[in-house]
Amino acid sequence: MINFQYLRTTTAKSALALLSKDKNSKFLAGGTNLIDLMKRGVTAPEKLVDINHVPLKQIEQIGDKIVIGALASNTAVAENAIIKEKLPLLAMALNAGASAQLRNVATVGGNMMQRTRCGYFYDTEMPCNKRQPGSGCGALGGFNRMHAIFGTSDKCIAVHPSDMCVALIALDTIVVLASVKGERKISFKDFHRLAGDTPQLDNNLKADEMIIRLEISVNNLAKNSYYLKVRDRASYAFALVSVAAGMEISNNKITAIRLAMGGVAHKPWRLTASEDFLKGKEPSIENFKQAAKLAMTGAKGFGENDFKLQMAPNSIIEALTVAKSKA
Amino acid sequence: MEKRVLKDANDRVDGIYKVTGKAKYFAEYELPGLTYGVLVTSTITKGKITSLDTKAAEKAPGVVSVISHLNKPSAPAYEQEGGSPFKIFYTDKIFFNGQPIAIVVANTFERATYAASLVKVTYAKEDFNTDFEKAVTDVKAKKLQGQPEYKRGVENAYKTAEVKIEAKYHLPIETHNPMELHGIIADWRPNNQVTVYAKTQGVKATQGTIANVFKIPIENIQVNSEFVGGGFGMALRTWPLEIATVMASKHIAKPVKLVITRMQMFTMVGNRPAAVQTIGLGANKDGTLTGITHRAFGETSAYENFTEGVVNMAKFMYQCDNVNTQYTVVPVDLGVPIWMRGPGEATGAFALESAIDEMAHALDMDPLEFRIKNDPEKDQQRNKPFSDKNIKEAYRVGAQKIGWNERKNKPGSLIDGQWKYGFGVSIGVFNANRGRASVKGILKADGTLVLQSATSDIGPGTGTGMTLIASKLLGIPGDKIKFELGDSSLPPAPSQGGSATLSTVGSAVNDVCVSLKSTIAELAANSNMDATSNFVDVLKKNNLPQIEVTKQSQAGKEREDYSMYSFSIHFVKVKVHSLTGVVKVDKIVSVGDSGSIVSPKTARSQMVGGAVGGVGMALHEESIIDHRYGRYINNNFADYHVPVNADIPEIEVHFINKPDPYINPMGAKGMGEIALIGFSAAVANAVFNATGKRIRTLPITPDKVLAG
Ligand SMILES: Cc1cc2nc3c(=O)[nH]c(=O)nc-3n(C[C@H](O)[C@H](O)[C@H](O)COP(=O)(O)OP(=O)(O)OC[C@H]3O[C@@H](n4cnc5c(N)ncnc54)[C@H](O)[C@@H]3O)c2cc1C
Repeated sequence: MINFQYLRTTTAKSALALLSKDKNSKFLAGGTNLIDLMKRGVTAPEKLVDINHVPLKQIEQIGDKIVIGALASNTAVAENAIIKEKLPLLAMALNAGASAQLRNVATVGGNMMQRTRCGYFYDTEMPCNKRQPGSGCGALGGFNRMHAIFGTSDKCIAVHPSDMCVALIALDTIVVLASVKGERKISFKDFHRLAGDTPQLDNNLKADEMIIRLEISVNNLAKNSYYLKVRDRASYAFALVSVAAGMEISNNKITAIRLAMGGVAHKPWRLTASEDFLKGKEPSIENFKQAAKLAMTGAKGFGENDFKLQMAPNSIIEALTVAKSKA
Repeated sequence: MEKRVLKDANDRVDGIYKVTGKAKYFAEYELPGLTYGVLVTSTITKGKITSLDTKAAEKAPGVVSVISHLNKPSAPAYEQEGGSPFKIFYTDKIFFNGQPIAIVVANTFERATYAASLVKVTYAKEDFNTDFEKAVTDVKAKKLQGQPEYKRGVENAYKTAEVKIEAKYHLPIETHNPMELHGIIADWRPNNQVTVYAKTQGVKATQGTIANVFKIPIENIQVNSEFVGGGFGMALRTWPLEIATVMASKHIAKPVKLVITRMQMFTMVGNRPAAVQTIGLGANKDGTLTGITHRAFGETSAYENFTEGVVNMAKFMYQCDNVNTQYTVVPVDLGVPIWMRGPGEATGAFALESAIDEMAHALDMDPLEFRIKNDPEKDQQRNKPFSDKNIKEAYRVGAQKIGWNERKNKPGSLIDGQWKYGFGVSIGVFNANRGRASVKGILKADGTLVLQSATSDIGPGTGTGMTLIASKLLGIPGDKIKFELGDSSLPPAPSQGGSATLSTVGSAVNDVCVSLKSTIAELAANSNMDATSNFVDVLKKNNLPQIEVTKQSQAGKEREDYSMYSFSIHFVKVKVHSLTGVVKVDKIVSVGDSGSIVSPKTARSQMVGGAVGGVGMALHEESIIDHRYGRYINNNFADYHVPVNADIPEIEVHFINKPDPYINPMGAKGMGEIALIGFSAAVANAVFNATGKRIRTLPITPDKVLAG
């Protein structure tokens, strides 16, 4: 074990102060991802700042906004009455992730920050541009069954593995970040980023920032929403492809629609073209098929993951069909 | 004897220890002065170590020693380099990625782990190949090892049959992955006295291996392995890492504990070898099988050879006058494989039982009917009658329980929304072995019985089975019987493998009990007591605190006269999602035909475990290697999938439960392997029945279903 310092703090302010003082320190939330990465030698922070005692665990409705603290556990969010009633898509996505034990300690902030599960990223004996920029991408020409079909670069084809984030991007979430200088808000779709030429960066969080909370506007999608996760086993497996679908249907017309996919890109993948197409249309299987086709524009397989080119549109159709039939 | 309560006479005798944490596994033993070993492993796949710099590691805090080929302690059997088995630390050659090349010993595990990361190694790399499928296509005239070719009647008779099928089946490498990690505690004391706490399926085998490597008397070595957290075959040999730990203990004269990592479980303790198999079947239009050809290639390593019974089943399981088989092993630059759950027979049964289903389809016959039609009257391979076989009854029981009559012969007929339903069946068969074992029985005047044998229990419930045999014979309640195992100083027994323990050790238990019973009867007669007197009264009357007997038991001529097998029939109902390709097993019925069922609860557990393992083999398990580097990609429990609860439906288990008249005194045949053998084919056959897609490469993942 490589020695590191363990610090514990009870306020966001002191956590941020500690972070800004020392570049090679990291926040420790549930630890379900960070500790694994330390054991595998992928990361070696000199300081761990334990933020589990920082009071950012709130889950509440304030006006027409639902506010979720960055340290609320995945289980607490998934089982919260407000979330289950008003944002069932989020509850479904959370429950589709990991295992009950992991969800009990995993946090909202940690889930957003979790790193890719690409095998080359984890094995320090193999090349990975995300772990070691310039070393090459092992997955290109290697084992890439789990990898991206959208927005890839020649440096990295990894996917962001989260389920929760797929629901959050679909729900037009706002992320509140803070540094010693103060707070800023960004849209969830701008939080994660594509790999491009800098695959070592997963997101746009700055080195001295912390995720504080999420804000989600109450919507009318609850009735017709569904999170579909296609995976190799029924639980405790990452998505091959996942789809978050939420619709508002009135008079047999789709009046509002949110659609996003997971397991297909370096970030949760919002399907705006499909949404635009479906808006105002009938929720018919023909329209769902058309929307699924539109979603696939620009998709590209890398051999082992070619099946996603078929599985992804199929899953969109299935998710929309189930979401529609829920009413 | 410790107090132990059995709520039900058939309860596991060690259940309470396992669920309360009292069961002690090898890694839990605390020895004074215990040190901790961590392995340094090669990061190249083939070549030579050119330098190994341990200076930094040796200077790291808490480090006691670093042992490698540069400073290995004496192991007389290893003085000559090369040959089989692989001689750890006696070569600078690298045969596979992840090969242990040094052991770092420190006073804590964490310090040893850190120090191991400081060992600097340079290599001279050589070209290598870890891709078994590629190695198979590259097989030329080169003479490879395997098993002798088998031929009965006309070779390749299927080719000229009225109806024929020929198909190729692929199995990936699977890794045993018992929950308990592998390792050992070794304590080499002065005068070459060695005690080890091992994870082994055979304490006598471990004892013998250590004696042989270090050339010390076998009596000097004490092997303890009372509880084992799963083996599935991987603990059937003493691995190089165990020898390395014994060497380390000898070198530093302190006890050393080594527990390997989950990642290391993929490289250095064996695996189910990958296989490519071709089956040709021929039949008359009426469904009579006229030809079976089974050719298989199995994976082995470049430095040690491993073979198993992949093509056995084709030789006797179906009535057929023309059968030929061929089995060849093809080396790749990976760690050597070892038997895994239902071993080669399970690999072979996937191919054969899929092919039988393909033939039934080609004939437009119900696959169950096709099997019944070709059920053999006798063993044509050995030209002997079966000692006992009730397959037709097992078919009937299983078919009724799964609801086989709902099945439609035309694939894709049962549809509910996006889900397509299908039924599949397969047969599993394994040699009903019986070896030689000794058991000592101590019958005490306090009303208890102690039985002792150096056998193992890797989980199936050996102690429970033996207790039930003795309890039935002597009329002593199970909680007054203690069966002691996992200790090399006890009377000898073979390793736990090949479904033989109940038959082998159970027979010796039987003989001990029969002998004790007659001694008691004699004592009763001599002291003018009633012949039915309780043994406690008899012993007391004779002023005997206890009586003892040791019996060795083994099979006799019956094995020359009869062909002895255990059978299982697996019925599976699946549903397959037409858009996502997801397969869900909806219901499982497994029927065992393995003679008398001595221990109903643990027998059922074994069948349930086999079914779960079978679902894993069919749908999930695959160890993936990047052949450019020769390194495993999914070497952890997040990525190497085994079934979780949500994957497993209701499992019904039935037993024919009729004594085999010849096998042994209990009439009970082993059933360890048949729980799994054939299961994966039942799933594949059900997927075909649901969708019309024949998937011949395991595991059947959603992508294959969509593509198929
Ligand atoms: C076996 C396994 C299976 C899994 N399966 C799934 C799955 O199917 N679907 C899925 O979605 N996830 C899955 N996960 C991932 C799991 O959801 C994440 O590990 C978890 O959400 C991370 O949360 P944490 O609180 O434990 O983060 P930690 O490990 O504590 O932290 C992760 C990173 O986030 C940073 N961080 C934490 N909180 C903050 C904050 N407030 N501000 C800024 N930075 C922060 C940390 O510094 C660290 O770099 C799985 C994990 C495992 C181990």
